[in-house]
Amino acid sequence: MKTDKKQMLFLAVVLIIILGASIALDSALPSYHIAIKATKKATVYALVAVSMNLLNGFTGLFSLGQAGFMLLGAFSYAVLCIPVDKRAGVYQYFDGGAIKFSLPEIFAGFLGDTVGATVGMLAALLVGGLLAALMAWLIGLPVLRLKSDYLAIATLGFAEILRAFFQWNTLGPITNGSNLLKSYPDFTRTSSYIILAGLLITVIVLLINSTYGRAFKAIRDDEVAAEAMGINLAKHKRMAFVISSFFAGIGGGMLAMYNGTIAAASFKSTMTYEILLIVVIGGIGSITGSVIASFLYIFSSEWLLRGLDSGAFLGIKAPGLFKDGFRMAVFSVIIMVIVLFFRKGLMGDKELPDLLRRRPKKSKEEAAKNE
Amino acid sequence: MSENVLKVENVTMQFGGVVAVDNLNLEINKGEIVALIGPNGAGKTTAFNVVTGVYQPTNGAVWFNGEKIIENHPQGKMKKLYKGQHAGDYAQVLAPTPDKVTRLGMARTFQNIRLWKSQTVFDNVLIAKHCRVTHNFLSATFRLNRKEEAEQRANVEQLLDVVGLSDVKDELATSLPYGKQRRLEIARALAAEPQLLLLDEPAAGMNPQETDELTAFISEIRDQFHLTVFLIEHHMDLVMDISDRIYVLDFGELIAKGTPAEIQNNKRVIDAYLGVAEDA
Repeated sequence: MKTDKKQMLFLAVVLIIILGASIALDSALPSYHIAIKATKKATVYALVAVSMNLLNGFTGLFSLGQAGFMLLGAFSYAVLCIPVDKRAGVYQYFDGGAIKFSLPEIFAGFLGDTVGATVGMLAALLVGGLLAALMAWLIGLPVLRLKSDYLAIATLGFAEILRAFFQWNTLGPITNGSNLLKSYPDFTRTSSYIILAGLLITVIVLLINSTYGRAFKAIRDDEVAAEAMGINLAKHKRMAFVISSFFAGIGGGMLAMYNGTIAAASFKSTMTYEILLIVVIGGIGSITGSVIASFLYIFSSEWLLRGLDSGAFLGIKAPGLFKDGFRMAVFSVIIMVIVLFFRKGLMGDKELPDLLRRRPKKSKEEAAKNE
Repeated sequence: MSENVLKVENVTMQFGGVVAVDNLNLEINKGEIVALIGPNGAGKTTAFNVVTGVYQPTNGAVWFNGEKIIENHPQGKMKKLYKGQHAGDYAQVLAPTPDKVTRLGMARTFQNIRLWKSQTVFDNVLIAKHCRVTHNFLSATFRLNRKEEAEQRANVEQLLDVVGLSDVKDELATSLPYGKQRRLEIARALAAEPQLLLLDEPAAGMNPQETDELTAFISEIRDQFHLTVFLIEHHMDLVMDISDRIYVLDFGELIAKGTPAEIQNNKRVIDAYLGVAEDA
């Protein structure tokens, strides 16, 4: 759909406000503050949710392998970025590990400390994305012949296998087995997260609005017609799968960055379901929906509803009721309400700028009906 | 014979023990409008699906523009089951997917309309242009294909003008009335830049006036886009009006071929449609 100038302006204003807010947040609050933590996590989840939406919402391939691809990205980032002198401590059970270099340090060698470290970290993220993409290409060969539920089960199984594989002791010198990976550098500023995720999401949006994105939507709407009109199904499905996994891999790397420590055990299917939930709440087939939903979801689960677990919420003190776990109960109710009243998610398949568009025809028709 | 656009050679399509199309032979010359008719269940759509690559024929070959594009022979279990003729004649296996056949220059419409439901009229036609795209996904994502994209959009505008849908181009495809959806499907097929247009019951569900309009429309686009048209149809008015030649199928077998006048007076065709008196 074409966006006119007014909508572009609106979008630009929204982006500038978000960026300004994140910079203000950085300077006003200490880095351990929950608002900063939640914003960072929500940004990462937004990227992963959008990448999942590209596959599930725009191409119509119901895949549940996201956690597996994030795992690949997270581990590539962590393994490549741990400083050399800290490796002995991290890989204490594996003689300091098999990899004896660190990308940020290599780049710092000839680009200077700050620039080099950043470039090295970005390169590590990119490697994670590429590895995830490569893996997606490989498993896509057999798996993409499946449809709907079968595809979901196969990709889910793949993610679980990958998690078990990474916990394997023999791979310990690289993955540290089932122990934690830690001490790697991260982006300290929220705005860095927002800029990076924002750029990547922009690329996805550009792809979706290009001729290839239109082909993806055609496959989603009617596969038989798409094939009859000359769209190579195998090629385009694989393309969507690989691209989605690439961004999921980068998202995984950013999640590792945000967490500070990672272990394969945390990349369970629950993580995929969380992301799927975000996509569904936001609206399957809406990029802005996914972004908004991930902020809502992460903010309420990590921050705004915390009080429900610790005794006081919105000034109400009820230590008897507001105990551990009550937050999740309330959360489930909220999700049920959303699903009941917004059948197609908060945004449906509309984007934020679409809301500006006036619909004179429809309102006239409705008026005629009411008379 | 080099003028053949499409040549179907000894094609048999057998599903399990059922022979849906039995030893079909037909030729379509450049610029012709050829109709394939027959009672319900005669195997017309199956024949279409074989030509467009949706089904792989059990035996036989299909030629397009003098080039063999589809060929198959009975394999596996089918070796024993095969009931058709010309069993040993074909050794090669050529099985292009439908998208490949379309890119060779054949585009089709469907018996039950299959438009992309969530897309606008304009986008429905534009997506069909995707098979002619030369840029890869990276250059398309970063908008290095501006020129090609602009050309395609201009082309689609023009096409919508020709089929008379430019006033509704921003509406959802499914919000159009039935007759216009049929037209849109034809426009979409034309966007794939075919030489051979295959229409599967284009007048299904249309009233007599709409059918007349469609008849004129088909000959019009044939002339304008230098097409060859191959169509399946039940409306005999339409078939007799525009067809240069007609093939008649019954129970998978070709029972007659010829000009509309010849077909109208063919006894086997009349028998197939009206039935035969048992003790005549």
